[in-house]
Amino acid sequence: MSNLKEIASQIRRDILRMVHDVNSGHPGGSLGCADYFAALYFNAMKHNTAFSMDGKDEDIFVLSNGHISPVFYSTLARAGYFDIKELASFRKLNSRLQGHPATHEHLPGVRIASGSLGQGMSVAIGAALTKKLNKENNLVFSLHGDGELDEGQIWEAVMFAAHHKVDNLISTIDWNCQQIDGPTDKVMGLGDIRQKFETFGWTTLEMNGNDMDEVVATLNKAKKLVGKGKPIAIMMHTIMSKGVDFMENDHNWHGIAPNDEQLAKALAQLPETLGDY
Amino acid sequence: MLKEIQSTGNKDTRSGFGDGIVEAARKNSNIVALTADLAGSLKLNQFIKEFPERFIQCGIAEANMMGIAAGLTIGGKIPFTTTFANFSTGRVYDQIRQSIAYSGKNVKICASHAGVTLGEDGATHQILEDIGLMKMLPGMTVIVPCDYNQTKAATLAIADFVGPVYLRFGRPSWPIFTQATENFEIGKAQFFSEGTDVSIFACGHLVWNAIQAGVILQEKGISVEVINIHTIKPLDESAVINSIRKTRCAVTAEEHNIIGGLGDAIAQCAAKNFPIPIEYIGTKDTFGESGTPMQLLKKYGMDVTDIVTAAEKVIARK
Repeated sequence: MSNLKEIASQIRRDILRMVHDVNSGHPGGSLGCADYFAALYFNAMKHNTAFSMDGKDEDIFVLSNGHISPVFYSTLARAGYFDIKELASFRKLNSRLQGHPATHEHLPGVRIASGSLGQGMSVAIGAALTKKLNKENNLVFSLHGDGELDEGQIWEAVMFAAHHKVDNLISTIDWNCQQIDGPTDKVMGLGDIRQKFETFGWTTLEMNGNDMDEVVATLNKAKKLVGKGKPIAIMMHTIMSKGVDFMENDHNWHGIAPNDEQLAKALAQLPETLGDY
Repeated sequence: MLKEIQSTGNKDTRSGFGDGIVEAARKNSNIVALTADLAGSLKLNQFIKEFPERFIQCGIAEANMMGIAAGLTIGGKIPFTTTFANFSTGRVYDQIRQSIAYSGKNVKICASHAGVTLGEDGATHQILEDIGLMKMLPGMTVIVPCDYNQTKAATLAIADFVGPVYLRFGRPSWPIFTQATENFEIGKAQFFSEGTDVSIFACGHLVWNAIQAGVILQEKGISVEVINIHTIKPLDESAVINSIRKTRCAVTAEEHNIIGGLGDAIAQCAAKNFPIPIEYIGTKDTFGESGTPMQLLKKYGMDVTDIVTAAEKVIARK
């Protein structure tokens, strides 16, 4: 577990350095989800870093809220999908690390483009159906922002997954209560989203997404609930920009980069555990 | 002579799709069919009967259907999405753009009830912009077959082709005039006649109208080249250029807005390679309305006589 926390600390450093370098990108949600990504790729998911688009005989992950690409890219690099040095190309011309994830440049680890919100759950369902048709027991994980639940397509997918018993799917909602224009309560109230998923026919779990022990335990609990006729949703409470005290819980950090001084102050709070890229 | 091209009966092109996908699915176990509550209209009954486990009912949720189709390709399935052309394109443009086209997914978007020949349902359902929408997407192949046989053959061809495809067909019963035995070659223009006075490039239902117009023109002593551009993208540019170099003028005919469709594709090819006068048959930046298919084709200027008039006009402009 201490190892996972060290990985998460390094991922957070990568995120901040990546967005700072190009003075753009989305640090808030990325920092908030760093613990989830570390737990998913270094503990919960059975995956193969010798990447194949088809992802046969392995678990696969779909990132629906593509703007948190920094945490995704850092995790993929740290897991061994590509050299960590490539993180320095984030958002630059001729890079495989596009502002939002894409398959177009053939970055290992990415199986679908995302960025325009609300589409990833449908994609994850399709991939899960293919695993069933191929008689594979592996799982599909997906991650969605809470603000993303404003999109109608999400609820089309939620209804579909329950009706078709897509029980090899574990979808996590990053419930940080923040979106670009402000707190979700102000922009578009989500209500009790756990209850909403329950009512639609999903099995639901809830966790503190910034408590590594709880994240690991909940993901592994979710894995035990698959194959029982219901899709699984995890309501993941996170703090936007978790790990950097002056950035935490502030929606203004959704999509802006720290300046030089802020970066130094932020990095001082995050131990360099695996070596910066 | 074009008058030798006879109709062997009438059948809807969507039935060509329904029969084609069954045949394709018998050959390839990776083919799956999705629908958004329109399995009957898209003639999927036999597919569902033979391959129930490979049929996915999405309900009236086209955006979700497109995303699921994209996801199904991860692991090697070949999804065919089915709904009306309007709901296959305009309603789900961003899903197709991001999850299918930009992501390079092997999804076949199969769209019925395109154009005004949908008839009485009216403008809400008569999409006349879909060819343009789809051809603008990088990497998207756009196919508009002309009759039952060709739609069936095209369905088989796209099953073997790797990459996203938009296949557009229609609702009404329509003359069958191509051979059941003909293979469909994606991107290869089909010549129904050779001529030197005027080229008529048509797609979909209007290929038959173009042939009928060609019969009249030939009777008037005009040497007409009738060409079926069933694949609008990638366009068979060499066929187009070779034809217009001979005829030095063209008419385009499509059941679509003249902005953005086949006509634009031909005009761009001509402007780049061999500029010529062109007359456009299609809707003129307008929506459709309720009526019978034939009434609508007449009212919106896509009748046989409209093509004859356009050909005579464009020849005079040379």
